[in-house]
Amino acid sequence: MELEPLIFAFKEKNVKAFESLYDMYSDSLSGVIYNILKDQEMTEEVMQDVFVKVWHNSDGYDATKGRFFTWILNIARNAAIDKTRSRAYKDAKKNLDADLFVDILSSGDQFDKQTDAIGIRNYLGKLALKCKQIIEAIYFKGYTQKETAELLAIPLGTVKTRNRNCISDLRTILDVQAI
Amino acid sequence: MNAQEYISSGLLELYVAGTLSEEENQDVASAMLQYSEVRDEVLEIEATIVKITAANAPGETQKLFPAILKTLGLGGNDNIKQLPKRDTFLITFSGWAAAIIMAFGMLWMITQNKQLGANLDIALNERQLIEEQIAKANNDLEEKNNLLAVLRDKEMITVPLAGQAVYPDAYAKVYWNKAAENIYLDVQGLPDPPEGKVYQVWSLTLNPLTPTSLGVIDQFTADENKIFAISNPNASEAFGITLEPAGGSPTPTMEQLYTLGLVAG
Repeated sequence: MELEPLIFAFKEKNVKAFESLYDMYSDSLSGVIYNILKDQEMTEEVMQDVFVKVWHNSDGYDATKGRFFTWILNIARNAAIDKTRSRAYKDAKKNLDADLFVDILSSGDQFDKQTDAIGIRNYLGKLALKCKQIIEAIYFKGYTQKETAELLAIPLGTVKTRNRNCISDLRTILDVQAI
Repeated sequence: MNAQEYISSGLLELYVAGTLSEEENQDVASAMLQYSEVRDEVLEIEATIVKITAANAPGETQKLFPAILKTLGLGGNDNIKQLPKRDTFLITFSGWAAAIIMAFGMLWMITQNKQLGANLDIALNERQLIEEQIAKANNDLEEKNNLLAVLRDKEMITVPLAGQAVYPDAYAKVYWNKAAENIYLDVQGLPDPPEGKVYQVWSLTLNPLTPTSLGVIDQFTADENKIFAISNPNASEAFGITLEPAGGSPTPTMEQLYTLGLVAG
């Protein structure tokens, strides 16, 4: 089942469709924001800002320019990055560690127990380090190919293929988990 | 590039990430329309990214939603924003239009009758024939009157269906009598379906998004007034029409979504 009817209804300011899209993507966006802020309370604040913005800017989404998920992912990342520039954030985060998302994931206990998430976290541990790094950069941080290449000190042309291979590995892992 | 080349290029993964150039973005978007394999691949990549990012969520996000609604002034009960009420105007308009057509129809019949009267003696057989035609016209008129009465019923909810990406000029209209659990679907604004394809009508609920087939319109080309009565016992929140292979499909093919419309809250 594809999203077109939901997006259509959402753009017509239908609350049910909005909630439906929220249910589909809120955990994902919360995960991305948390990865940047590493603070649950601030993540929740930013989440609210993001979805308020998404509702008001529903006209700004253009299906011909990309996926709906890509659109809100971008809004969420930008909002989280904005937050890192705030006084509140700087005061709270004097000494940030640079853990990869999977390291946060596997330190599990501070999370509510969502069975799905726990399963996925366990399996993500199996992913090669270079894959964790590139997925982190491209999807969690929103780095461009060039920025990713510089960060990982690999040739620009390698980014695309390595990312594709890593996503393939990930899909295999998640499929295995589904069985 | 063909479908397989797109899939193995690594572009689709970056398309979901949103880091392609505008030109590459457009290439991928048109490849998705052209090749269903490419589209499926993008959907799977997206689902994978949604899953792993969601695994990093620090807590239940469900509980945040009411506060968001409240901030937006939408809180509390099912306070659904309504579509602008252009429907009433259209009902009134189509009502008047039908009435005028009827008036002309009657006028025409009266004239016909007069002429027949004059020629009565010399054309008894012919009269017989024409009387039959008039009877038929009367029946047609009655049928149209009935239809008009049905569409004007105050219980009737009108749902305009707007044309979608695949055929933006398409339109259709659903008249839904909730109590009677049926809809009248006016599909005059749809093009004739290509050979081997049929239109399929869907009732949708939005949370979660669930389509229920209301059936296929296999008499589309044969039917003259393009209005179809269909039973609908569902709590529909939207109606859609897709183009499907003959016989219909178990789920809608969204690339072939012709029209879509929301039931006003």
